Amino acid sequence: MTESTSDKPVLLTMKNLRIEGRADETWAEIVHGIDLTLHKGEVLGLIGESGAGKSTVGLAAMGFTRDGCRISGGEIVFDGIDLMQASEATRRELRGKRIAYVAQSAAASFNPAHKLMDQYCEAPVQHGVMNRDEAERDAVDLYRRMQLPEPDVIGFRYPHQVSGGQLQRAMTAMAMACRPDLIIFDEPTTALDVTTQIEVLAAIRNIVEQFDTAAIYITHDLAVVAQMADRIKVLLKGDEVEEADTRSMLAAPKEDYTKSLWAVRSHARAEQPPVAADKVPVVSVQNITAGYGSVDVLQDVSFDIHERRTVAVVGESGSGKSTTARVITGLLVPRQGQILFDGATLPPDYRRRTRDQLRQAQMIYQMADTALNPKLRIRDLIGRPAQMYLGLQGKALTERIRNLLELIELEPDDYIDRLPSELSGGQKQRIGIARALAAEPKFIICDEVTSALDQLVAEGILKLLDKLQTEFDLAYMFITHDLATVKAIADEVVVMKEGKVIEQGPKSEMFQPPHDPYTELLLSSVPEMDPDWLTDLLRERDAR
Amino acid sequence: MSHIWSMIAKRLALGLLTLFIVSLLIFGATELLPGDFAEEFLGQAATPETVAAIRRELGLDLPMHTRYIEWLTGVVQGDFGNSLSNRRPVVDLISTRLGNTLFLALYAAAIAVPLSLMLGILAALFRNSFFDRFSNASALTSISFPEFFVAYILIFWLAGRGGMFPSMASFRGDPSLGEMLYRTFLPALTLTLVVTAHMMRMTRAAIINLLASPYIEMARLKGMKPMRVIVRHALPNALAPIINVIALNLAYLITGVVVVEVVFVFPGLGQLMVDSVAARDMPVVQAVALIFAAAYVLLNLTADVLATLSNPRLVHRR
Amino acid sequence: MGFLIGFLWFVAVIAACMAAGWLFRTIAIAVTPKGVKKELRTAPLTASFGMLVIIIYIIVAVFAPLIAPFPERAVLGAEYLPWDDVHLLGTDNLGRDMLSRLIFGARNTVGIAFATTALAFLIGSILGLLAATVGGWLDQALSRAVDVLMAIPALIFSLLLLTIFGTSILTLIIVIAIIDSTRVYRLARSVALNIVVMDYIEAAKLRGEGLWRLITREILPNAMAPLVAEFGLRFCFVFLAISALSFLGLGLQPPMADWGSMVKENATLIAFGDITPLLPAGAIALLTVSVNFVVDWQLHRASGLKE
Repeated sequence: MTESTSDKPVLLTMKNLRIEGRADETWAEIVHGIDLTLHKGEVLGLIGESGAGKSTVGLAAMGFTRDGCRISGGEIVFDGIDLMQASEATRRELRGKRIAYVAQSAAASFNPAHKLMDQYCEAPVQHGVMNRDEAERDAVDLYRRMQLPEPDVIGFRYPHQVSGGQLQRAMTAMAMACRPDLIIFDEPTTALDVTTQIEVLAAIRNIVEQFDTAAIYITHDLAVVAQMADRIKVLLKGDEVEEADTRSMLAAPKEDYTKSLWAVRSHARAEQPPVAADKVPVVSVQNITAGYGSVDVLQDVSFDIHERRTVAVVGESGSGKSTTARVITGLLVPRQGQILFDGATLPPDYRRRTRDQLRQAQMIYQMADTALNPKLRIRDLIGRPAQMYLGLQGKALTERIRNLLELIELEPDDYIDRLPSELSGGQKQRIGIARALAAEPKFIICDEVTSALDQLVAEGILKLLDKLQTEFDLAYMFITHDLATVKAIADEVVVMKEGKVIEQGPKSEMFQPPHDPYTELLLSSVPEMDPDWLTDLLRERDAR
Repeated sequence: MSHIWSMIAKRLALGLLTLFIVSLLIFGATELLPGDFAEEFLGQAATPETVAAIRRELGLDLPMHTRYIEWLTGVVQGDFGNSLSNRRPVVDLISTRLGNTLFLALYAAAIAVPLSLMLGILAALFRNSFFDRFSNASALTSISFPEFFVAYILIFWLAGRGGMFPSMASFRGDPSLGEMLYRTFLPALTLTLVVTAHMMRMTRAAIINLLASPYIEMARLKGMKPMRVIVRHALPNALAPIINVIALNLAYLITGVVVVEVVFVFPGLGQLMVDSVAARDMPVVQAVALIFAAAYVLLNLTADVLATLSNPRLVHRR
Repeated sequence: MGFLIGFLWFVAVIAACMAAGWLFRTIAIAVTPKGVKKELRTAPLTASFGMLVIIIYIIVAVFAPLIAPFPERAVLGAEYLPWDDVHLLGTDNLGRDMLSRLIFGARNTVGIAFATTALAFLIGSILGLLAATVGGWLDQALSRAVDVLMAIPALIFSLLLLTIFGTSILTLIIVIAIIDSTRVYRLARSVALNIVVMDYIEAAKLRGEGLWRLITREILPNAMAPLVAEFGLRFCFVFLAISALSFLGLGLQPPMADWGSMVKENATLIAFGDITPLLPAGAIALLTVSVNFVVDWQLHRASGLKE
């Protein structure tokens, strides 16, 4: 990151930018008068939760709006050119050549029918910046700078032949092709695993510095933005909350909303007394080997979960954490090994389990949209398990439903007859919790339940789960890929990679060295709220 | 690249298998009848002698698998047996008519395919414009009309009482190509109108779906001109869905031909089929049904293979 | 000159239809309950016109004996009488009243088409939902069987089966229903497959919900929208198919009044410039267009909601 850039010339200004979005047949304002100033070579971090309008503002910097959006007011001036007054042809000239865009999903944003090299060369050749040969040589150079494997050959592959992290770097290289003055990065690492994310972040920062490009870095991850940006602007529901240079904002945020965003990562679970050695675990996973067809997805996985304890199962995609959950619930029959519940072996297939056995173990899913039947009302969604497992009817049933709604902190009269479509993401997730509780289980599997939620909302869910655990003596298995969440809620941690348990133990032990090298990699890859974190990490890794 | 050839070979094998099973189905359908087909066929005229004669003619006294093998070997050699109505070899009845029907179908396809692709793509590009809404409503209206309705309207409007085109299409007198095209213009037009409507709507839907893809937005964000975005980015990915649309509708053309031939008294396979069904002339019905089904299977197979070849994800493996 | 007058007539007819549609929608919005009101407001003029026509057809079909001036099969006069005060649309090739036969035709053709579609739908959707929910060998067996049945074009297959089984009303309904159910099966299965992968289905299975409850409470309500739209489309296909078969003389047999066969019976009139035989064909087209407009509106809404 460069030091003070306020003495460099101004590149982009937005004054009182207003954008409207269309829902059904009516237009409503979604961005309410944002001001923005960007200097040459400066990186501005645009941060906010979903619905804040970050992407919309980022695209507006190119004079572009998506279908269903329109710029309704304000001024956008790029290097002296008024983008609102300019013709579409002028704007098109700028795009790709002087302002470039890096999308969130590289896999979807590359044309599957053309090789990477063809797509790289398209912008410079069409805008008249280079001819094809020069562009090809330049591509190889940039691929090398982005530390892509086999830089002279990789351009001649098709997008589907290249992995996600590599594609994201290739897209960044493509954005650089015309040496633009400004690049807009729209959540470029959100979809990547934490270990891959490091490489992409490093590559992006390098190249932006090397070419002295200005950038707008859009993300919802505070720690990431701390690494990448010189200044940070916080957005909330289309309004600007605060803006300051990175170090000042991290050290002393002024607004309450900003403070609450910062504080989210400080929630931590109280240390629990160690479990008595002879206590029978609620769930005991013993030597499970399982797979689909001839491929083994899990190999010799074992761990225990005790009453009133939370075991966090951590791993990246493909580690087998969700598969383990499927084996425990009986959806996947393991090839070897067994699951014990309260000391008794469970039938491996859920169809062979008794109703009571099914009742004791419940599951809460990641995406509330697909976890709740959109055609059923809350009363039925929560009531059905209570009816099936506990035989409640009529008044007793309604009483229980209202009880549960109170437990999940939703006003019963208000919510009991609603449909899921009328609820927010966080509220739907609470209904998922209530549905699990309705069965009065002893054990709940939380499958990435906060991964799809905004940080503040996720915080609320974690606190609720904590409270319920104490009240009802529940045992939790918490599946996640996010180490910050692990710190916040776990008593014990199980680290998985490619179907095997790499390391397991109490939380306090896990976050201190010595570690298995993979755990070390995982822990160190989690960005922290320190602007120098990335620089220090890279220096450390280079030194090894 | 060799894996793509093995994929195609598998598809071909599957197609042949389907054809085999279809022939079994067409042949074996007669077995479904609870009674005896010979008695059904003769109806009032059934006497023990005539029933026995028909039975022998159709080989109904032999076990089914023997009959089937005989029939199949005959078919492969071009012998479809004899017609029950007039004792002539079925293959004689079919041969000229097959050519006529193919001519009509190709005539209609040659007009319909380019026309509907063009209209469909334009409607997708100018989505929600007046042109789009009007053509959508017209297409919807057109596919709702029974073919005979369209045919009669055309006859009413363009033929009869000093009209421009003949209302009965025939190939008598060994006409030239131009003369043939003139005489069969109305039936071809009828077919074209119905098929174009279907194809246009499907093409429009496929293109609109395509245009919503993120990589199209990315191309725009790179500052590419609209024409370039359509031609270089959208079109290569549109091949597979469009091929599918064309194959589906050409297959539909096969059945549309039947009604059109009857209205215009055109000497084709469709007309033959209808007459034979009315007379319950089993050998002819089976033969024509087999030909139509084979064409259908072949079309679907070709579409499948072409779609595979135009998908870079399948052609270039990881 | 004649062309211009024809064109103006055409424009006038379209305008009148749109006006009728608008009037219908306005009145319907005024009298229906709240939920339906909201739906109706999104209906374009074409769909409103369509709904109006469908309602008129249903009324005519149900009350045919009360509306028609003469009985269906009564021979009343000379053949091919021109339009006059007694026989508003003249008489047909056997001297029966055209108008009455047209009205009874509504009952016969539409009624039989509806019954056939309902049967096809019942078979196809039950099997499709089952195949998607149960999966495994049942799904494989059913899907392969359907693939084979669909390998023969529908019209050809129905002609083949009609040759074997004859052309009574019952065989017609069963043959077409079975052939059409394959298309319904494909759609129902594909819709159900999309639903079955949802987490709430997994949650229901883990509760130990039985197959019946799973299908009726969890899957079916979420599949209704595309299924209902498909019902409309299938009705159109079946309706046109039966009319085409009757036109070819292989469907509903005389003396039953049926629009398809009526066109065929009176086709000679067209050569004399009389449009009367085109009226039953027009009746077929009008109903099909109307159903298509309504279905198109519903599909448009469904895809729009997803965005």
